[in-house]
Amino acid sequence: MSDAASSSSGERYLDVRDLHKRFDDNVVLAGVDLAVPRGSVITVLGKSGTGKSVFLKCLAGIVRPDAGSIRFDGLALNASNASARAEFRRRCSYLFQSNALLDSLTALENVALPLEQTTQIPNREIRRRSLEALRQLDLDKHSDRYPSQLSGGMQKRLALARAIVTRPELVLFDEPTAGLDPIRRNGVFEMIVKYQRQFGFTAVVVTHDLPEALVASDQVALLDGGRMQFQGTPEAFNRSDDPTVRAFRDSAGALRDNIAALRRGETVTSKEDL
Amino acid sequence: MTRALGHHTLRIVHELGDFALFTGRAFSAAVGSRKLGRRVLRAIYEQGVRCLPVIVIVGLFTGLVLGLQGYYVLNRFGSEGLLGTLVSLTLVRELAPVLAALMLVGQAGSALAAELGIQRNSEQIDALETMGASTHAYLISPRLIAALIVFPIQTTIFALVGLFGGYLSGSVLLNLQPGVYWAAVHNAVGPADVRECYIKAAVFGLLTIAICAYNGFNSHRRRSSTGARAVSASTTRAVVFSSITVLAADYVITSLLVNQP
Repeated sequence: MSDAASSSSGERYLDVRDLHKRFDDNVVLAGVDLAVPRGSVITVLGKSGTGKSVFLKCLAGIVRPDAGSIRFDGLALNASNASARAEFRRRCSYLFQSNALLDSLTALENVALPLEQTTQIPNREIRRRSLEALRQLDLDKHSDRYPSQLSGGMQKRLALARAIVTRPELVLFDEPTAGLDPIRRNGVFEMIVKYQRQFGFTAVVVTHDLPEALVASDQVALLDGGRMQFQGTPEAFNRSDDPTVRAFRDSAGALRDNIAALRRGETVTSKEDL
Repeated sequence: MTRALGHHTLRIVHELGDFALFTGRAFSAAVGSRKLGRRVLRAIYEQGVRCLPVIVIVGLFTGLVLGLQGYYVLNRFGSEGLLGTLVSLTLVRELAPVLAALMLVGQAGSALAAELGIQRNSEQIDALETMGASTHAYLISPRLIAALIVFPIQTTIFALVGLFGGYLSGSVLLNLQPGVYWAAVHNAVGPADVRECYIKAAVFGLLTIAICAYNGFNSHRRRSSTGARAVSASTTRAVVFSSITVLAADYVITSLLVNQP
């Protein structure tokens, strides 16, 4: 936790402390701390099923945490503070793992929806900004298509267009590369960094794609056993001697060794449950 | 045993309260919602135009059967001239609002519960919440407002087609003079009957669409099932509860209005 402690001295634009969440007997988050500096890209890594998405949904207010505090730019986000939560939603966007596009609306209507439902901007301006967002993501030729008529990558871009059209200060990305091939995975991370630089938002990305995360992020954090086991720069992550960090970081090498051993006819015992 | 009964009762009371808040929130959220009119029109199309064929078909056969049964029963007493009275009062006071509501529950209500359940399942409702939109104003209010408009219209169509069915049975297929039939209809139905008909239609529309929306919207809260099964269970529950509610509300409204002039 020394890395986490050292990194937390920076600006705490989004400040999560001692977050707890359990579902019946299943403890998912057991005291998660995270400090996110303004204007940075921070990636939360972790194995499947470690509660990364639950953590992000707690931040977004979709899941109510059992205990702990979340502060966003000085605003305390808790269930009793509805105005702070509304303010947070106005300044934050969430990109769902499943994209969560409204399937009965066209691409243009999907992008226009947050502006239409949460602002008093005139309809003509909403259309202009929505078309601009679609054009920025090379989707302007598909504005009349429904999500089901778009490819997986295009749906992902459409979800991103909807997320950035409100010009948010914070964007939460839940497994943005899930189910994509390596080339499209790279494309999604490039897209996140490109638009983060262009619009200056703060990005919290949840993923288990280590190589891409290390290249694209200003900071990485590792969630394991219900707690953040590490938070720091990608360089610090690569140097860390923490056993959990090493196990995650060296997973590709471990796989190579195990496969080689199996080919030699040796018995291999996996350290991790699937 | 007592503990289980108490727990069950508390759960029902809690759910009724939650349902009342859900419905109230849908109406309050509608105030100032952008493009509400467009969404109401779409809901009117879904509940009205798309359900019209089934309303016409069921209304016609209901009138045909009423005419047929009524004619032979009244004929025993030499009173077949009262067929128009029997058909019109039965339709306007009871069968048109009740059967039209049940047909709308079967078609529009089930579709609504399934649609909202799928939207909940695919995180579309969560997406609306995270973008700060009012899910009630966007998804629920238009359907409830549309129900208040569509159900009385569909009930009127059901009653008119049913009266025509009674005419086909009594006058075209059997021997009753058309003038006798239509004169009896004209003399029998008064303003109080029409008022009762429209009160029932509006109440049934509000209750059934609210129940279907509530079940679909909250399909993720089901503890016994998840995913597609939760959507299917919520849709079934919505249709069953709505149908029972229509019949129970019919009894309550009838008992309140039956002695009024």
